[in-house]
Amino acid sequence: MSAESRLSAEAVTLAYEHRTVSRDVTLRIPDRGFTVVVGPNACGKSTMLRALARLLRPQAGEVLLDGKALHTVRPRDAARQIGLLPQSSTTPDGIVVADLVARGRYAHQGLLRRWSSEDEDAVREAMETTGTAELAERRVDELSGGQRQRVQMATVLAQRTPLLLLDEPTTYLDIAHQIELLDLVARLHRQGTTVVAVLHDLQHAARYADHLVVMSDGDVVATGDPSLVLTAELVERVFGLPCLVIEDPVSGTPLVVPRSEGFRA
Amino acid sequence: MSVPLLSRARRASSTVPVVLAVACLLLAVVALGLGTFPVSPWSVVTILLGGDEGFATTVVRDFRLPRVLAALVFGGALGAAGAVFQSLTRNPLGSPDVIGFSTGAYTGALVVITVTGQAFASTAIGALAGGLVTALVVYVLAWRGGVQGFRLIVVGVAVTALLSAVNSYLLLRVDTQTAVGAAIWGAGSISLVQWDALLPAVVALGVAGVALGALHRGLRQLELGDDAARAHGVATEPVRLALLVVGVALTAVTTAVAGPVAFVALAAPQVAARLTRSAGLPLVASALTGALLLLGADQVAQHVVPKEVPVGTVTVVVGGVYLLWLLVRGARRAS
Ligand SMILES: Nc1ncnc2c1ncn2[C@@H]1O[C@H](COP(=O)(O)OP(=O)(O)O)[C@@H](O)[C@H]1O
Ligand SMILES: [Mg+2]
Repeated sequence: MSAESRLSAEAVTLAYEHRTVSRDVTLRIPDRGFTVVVGPNACGKSTMLRALARLLRPQAGEVLLDGKALHTVRPRDAARQIGLLPQSSTTPDGIVVADLVARGRYAHQGLLRRWSSEDEDAVREAMETTGTAELAERRVDELSGGQRQRVQMATVLAQRTPLLLLDEPTTYLDIAHQIELLDLVARLHRQGTTVVAVLHDLQHAARYADHLVVMSDGDVVATGDPSLVLTAELVERVFGLPCLVIEDPVSGTPLVVPRSEGFRA
Repeated sequence: MSVPLLSRARRASSTVPVVLAVACLLLAVVALGLGTFPVSPWSVVTILLGGDEGFATTVVRDFRLPRVLAALVFGGALGAAGAVFQSLTRNPLGSPDVIGFSTGAYTGALVVITVTGQAFASTAIGALAGGLVTALVVYVLAWRGGVQGFRLIVVGVAVTALLSAVNSYLLLRVDTQTAVGAAIWGAGSISLVQWDALLPAVVALGVAGVALGALHRGLRQLELGDDAARAHGVATEPVRLALLVVGVALTAVTTAVAGPVAFVALAAPQVAARLTRSAGLPLVASALTGALLLLGADQVAQHVVPKEVPVGTVTVVVGGVYLLWLLVRGARRAS
């Protein structure tokens, strides 16, 4: 993996009002890579993503975008480079899908430059690639969880950013839609987008990531090629789960099989 | 092949304002003709277009027009301000008349009255200062690394209660005549508005309106939550602060001239949202609904109630009923 990295967290300390989540952590996002972040619940994955997306300013250290401290970059300029799918989001009552997706275009508009054909194209393309075009006139609050997740994804894609941060993009999706969405992200990645995704499913992580980041208790404890990083010893240490790591019969990537005892014999 | 994506949503949100604007115009023509000296709508239109209809011209242009314009402009300002605050607080109760700005403006006016002993001399400046200071205090008290809607409302309601007590105390200290004048102003009235007070207010509100136009897209983004808005490139705190300043300016300027007119800022945005079926609270439609509401309420205050009352008395009655409905519905939903 080449060391080129437009976006990185350099020795950052990330904290909320009374709670320090990460202390002195460094994480570099490989350009044009497909980075997947895994780790137990509440270990600070979302917090790290929020820092990388300029939503949370580090208490110490810096997040750098193209060598500049991210908090000194104008919000609008940052939003043209970095797109974020938040883990959860609110939508105004009664908003229709097309209107919500269109709001992803904010950073590309201005006081004088309002809705353009480029905006129209971006919104249309985002809705088509996420399979939400036929939902265009539906109210978002009347959609299923899975449909809503794909609409949120369309909103981020409409932003058309070279860097894409996705916080648990597959939640609420059934298995087929999970794979469909990850394939879509993989396609964007092949077309040159730098992807960072938080995933819970280690099998998916191993299949899609070319760079795996394992977090535990606020810290980055391992990074690198999933087939090298994802060992039984690491999974047991980080997740506290005894397991067997075998080869995925389809993709040849590591497949984590839990050694639990409570299952139906 | 290029079918506009936002066709339906856009159409609905652009026809309703046009209908509302036409309704405002029609009601204005009717209102200009009503009174002890009735003028036909046709003559009113002739006069408005610069024609001369004798004494009717004086009645319409000099006596009635300032009051009708005041109703439209102040109603519009309150409707827009209500939409701003209710959006920012994400709560239909988060309107300037509920969270203390109007009461604070009244306090400012009363302080000036008790100090100078005059009822109407420089109350406008006192009201302006009172509204701004109250807004600042509420904002600071509600601040905790950012302002949360619910906390703003709770602090606002507490400050309103405190200021109401202060207002009663101040009213008791002045002589009866001043107190009556102040009380009429304090009920919210546009019956005494003259051109010289109206014109500067219109200019100030126009400036605030332009600023609001520039901030409109930021407000729409804040509806998505701070994280999404920031991820989309909005500088959330500066935009929120600017919106608060504009909202306070709209409320304070209106209150300075017309007194604390209740209910319009509370109800207009909700009515407008239901009419346009839009996401969030539409600014333009809210302003137009506010204008229509205040003009309508002023006709009721002048011509329907047996003895003329301040328009604020009418809006407060309608508002009380509306508020009850809102609370009952909220309580039902919560249980
Ligand atoms: N807004 C917040 N205020 C205070 N603490 C928070 C906030 N958001 C998250 N935390 C805390 O920070 C820690 C890390 O959270 P998060 O980054 O969301 O974890 P993950 O995404 O890995 O599940 C947790 O202990 C969580 O309780
Ligand atoms: Mg998370």
